Amino acid sequence: MATTTLAPRARPYTSTRARAYEWLTTTDHKKIGVMYMASAFLFFLIGGVYALLIRAELAVPGIQFLEFETYNQLFTLHGTVMIFLFVMPMWTGLANYIVPLQVGAADMAFPRINALSYWMIPVAGLMLFSGYAFGGAANAGWTGYAPLSVRENIGIDLWVGSLVLLGTSSILGAINFIATIFKMRAPGLTLMRMPLFVWNTLVTSVLLLFAVPVLTAGFVMLFIDRNYGGGFFDPALGGNPILWQHIFWFFGHPEVYILILPAFGVVSEILPVFSRKPLFGYKAFVFATASIGALGFSVWAHHMFATGAVYLPFFSFFTFLIAVPTGIKFFNWLATMWGGQLRLSTPMLFAIGFIALFLIGGLDGAFLAVVPFDFHVHDTYWVVSHIHYVLVAGAVFGIFAALYYWWPKITGRMLDERLGKVQWVLLFVGTNVAFFPQHILGLDGMIRRIIDYAPNPGWTELNFLSTIGAFMVGISMLPFMWNVFITQRKPATAGDDPWDANTLEWATTSPPPTYNFEALPPVRSERPLFDLKYGAVEPHAAAVPAARGESHEETRADAPEEFLGEPVEGHEDPDVPGARTTPQVSEHAPDATPREERPKREGGDPAPPTEGRS
Amino acid sequence: MSAGSEVVQLPHAEESHVAQPHGDQGMNTALLGMMLFIGSEVMFFAGLFAAYFNARAAADQWPPAGLEDVVHLNPIVIIATVILIISSFTMQWGVWRIRKGDRTGLNRAVGVTLLLGIVFLAMQAYDYFLLVSEESFGINSGIYGTLFYTLTGFHGAHVFGGVIGLLVVFGRGIAGQFSARHHIAVEAVSAYWHFVDVVWIALFIVLYILH
Repeated sequence: MATTTLAPRARPYTSTRARAYEWLTTTDHKKIGVMYMASAFLFFLIGGVYALLIRAELAVPGIQFLEFETYNQLFTLHGTVMIFLFVMPMWTGLANYIVPLQVGAADMAFPRINALSYWMIPVAGLMLFSGYAFGGAANAGWTGYAPLSVRENIGIDLWVGSLVLLGTSSILGAINFIATIFKMRAPGLTLMRMPLFVWNTLVTSVLLLFAVPVLTAGFVMLFIDRNYGGGFFDPALGGNPILWQHIFWFFGHPEVYILILPAFGVVSEILPVFSRKPLFGYKAFVFATASIGALGFSVWAHHMFATGAVYLPFFSFFTFLIAVPTGIKFFNWLATMWGGQLRLSTPMLFAIGFIALFLIGGLDGAFLAVVPFDFHVHDTYWVVSHIHYVLVAGAVFGIFAALYYWWPKITGRMLDERLGKVQWVLLFVGTNVAFFPQHILGLDGMIRRIIDYAPNPGWTELNFLSTIGAFMVGISMLPFMWNVFITQRKPATAGDDPWDANTLEWATTSPPPTYNFEALPPVRSERPLFDLKYGAVEPHAAAVPAARGESHEETRADAPEEFLGEPVEGHEDPDVPGARTTPQVSEHAPDATPREERPKREGGDPAPPTEGRS
Repeated sequence: MSAGSEVVQLPHAEESHVAQPHGDQGMNTALLGMMLFIGSEVMFFAGLFAAYFNARAAADQWPPAGLEDVVHLNPIVIIATVILIISSFTMQWGVWRIRKGDRTGLNRAVGVTLLLGIVFLAMQAYDYFLLVSEESFGINSGIYGTLFYTLTGFHGAHVFGGVIGLLVVFGRGIAGQFSARHHIAVEAVSAYWHFVDVVWIALFIVLYILH
């Protein structure tokens, strides 16, 4: 496939030992990103096996093969691993790889702190699981409610230590992203031209920066209560167990957006590319993202309606309010697809699956904002269903959309489309079969986090159905892993811009060289690569303001000279003469622009495009 | 390298670097990183303060019965507070000196700040010793003791972190690594030290004045 070639390919390392040393000591954001993603996927598999054990136990009433204590540890570690060791590091890894490329930077702002952030994760994972070696892993649920978490086993101390480490890693990562996004953007890449994945990473990082330290403070208190006779959560000493819930959810609700905002960003990257349209309402989308971030700090106590210790109307109102910016985003996504030339490749399928299923999870959330309804379903399987529709149908679909979309950039190889679609069907059907019945079980009053349930009418069937769905979700990972395996054995033929995409990461080679870019295309809109390939010259996006009475060419097959940037001394690659100077536009370029996309100046509209519109 | 010697200007890697276009505009990237880190630290202490006010609001009597006079304004605390506040000024004096290129002035100021920080920590340790030995007031003396030692203890840990930072700056200052143009570590450690000072002023007001 013909491609846009702007930078020479990095040379491979020669010996195995040198490569291992390189990976262990690297500060390259791309290698660190890949390590983040690989370890996150490993923890995803572990957490997934735990989920299957839980669902197998719950397939029929009665105790099957697990002890009470084992079951408690299973659901605690399942939640903790999936949230803190899978979804968060997976997003951090993707953002690590993609954000510097999308803003046209050579690396993150603080590459060594970036490496430090990563290496805390394996340590924290080992610490979490080492509970098994010291008399039992954590068993008080991923929310670790006091006073249960004050009294239970030593695994909780290790859980606390592990999560404080992961929190520190997240805080350092957030600082790194914010500094990178504010200080390292390419010339012309103003805030309102940033790709939406970058915007969502920015808001996510701000949430992490202000939410995680509060949880760390809570863990400090829990640790002092457990080990030094502290009284934070003990009413007998003057403390208050509800305080834990306040602190946990003050972190925990922004955390929900930390887990899902990057998925919003991914979907907003994929939909325009696969619909052949710009994103509908870019500015509205940015403001919606920022307001979700801000509102995220004002709704934490909706997790605590049933405590009777919070002001219900306030938190109910703000919870409803969050539906507004989220609704704006849904509107933007649908309007982006409306009338577009849809290409149903695997990334697009996952993005559409995300929109369809996250809508269910989001509506569940709006239900829970209704206080009387929340009282009814509090701590039931309705809540389990809600969180899984948000995290499996939301975050996991977003993650796979991102993996399929950026895989060719990261590896230079296209994942197999057929296997990808098999995975999508299994995951889509499995998610719904696994989690939709839990709505009904919750409405019926089935309580979560309990190893057994009564054989009430309908419960056995619904639970069995849910177990079947869970195993479908588990099986859907096999085509993906097989896909990765066979793809890695093929030659790297994806090319630099296989999806005919819009943003800067596709303007360099696949995989990019260590320094990312030899020269950057000019950035005159939020779609710099699209402008480069199709020469879209719109009034607000003119590279050179047209003089009065002149107008720019309507479309260009080739970029004009001034778009090419200056070569950097010492970066010329003698092996690829002229690689930098001539961007080769993909062969389907001329007709890939929908007609209605082109600037509407055909009918002799005399107004020339000018930079200032006064 | 001594303060008076000629400094050879090496060419700047950033100047020809295609991907760092904003490097010379606005706030320095490392200083921005420190400011963001301080922002997260503010939230950490906000969590601890929230626990304090939560317990205080729920209590019938504050300080709890039997502990009314344990934590009170005494000469040790007042002197330690004055020392920490003075150390913020000496730190800032060092920043102003190095902005003018005065390395000796920087080293003197950082040395004094370092000394004041260590004295503060020693006085806090002595105060803890008196509270535990004479008043039998420990971290397990109910919520009041837990809060007092958690808040002041984590502040002390942050002062300790600041002292380490000051040691690094002091060592690098002695080695002559800072100049009027290149002293971002001094600025960053100074910002952190002021933050630690401000947290102590908030703690002092809450624990000793409003109690």
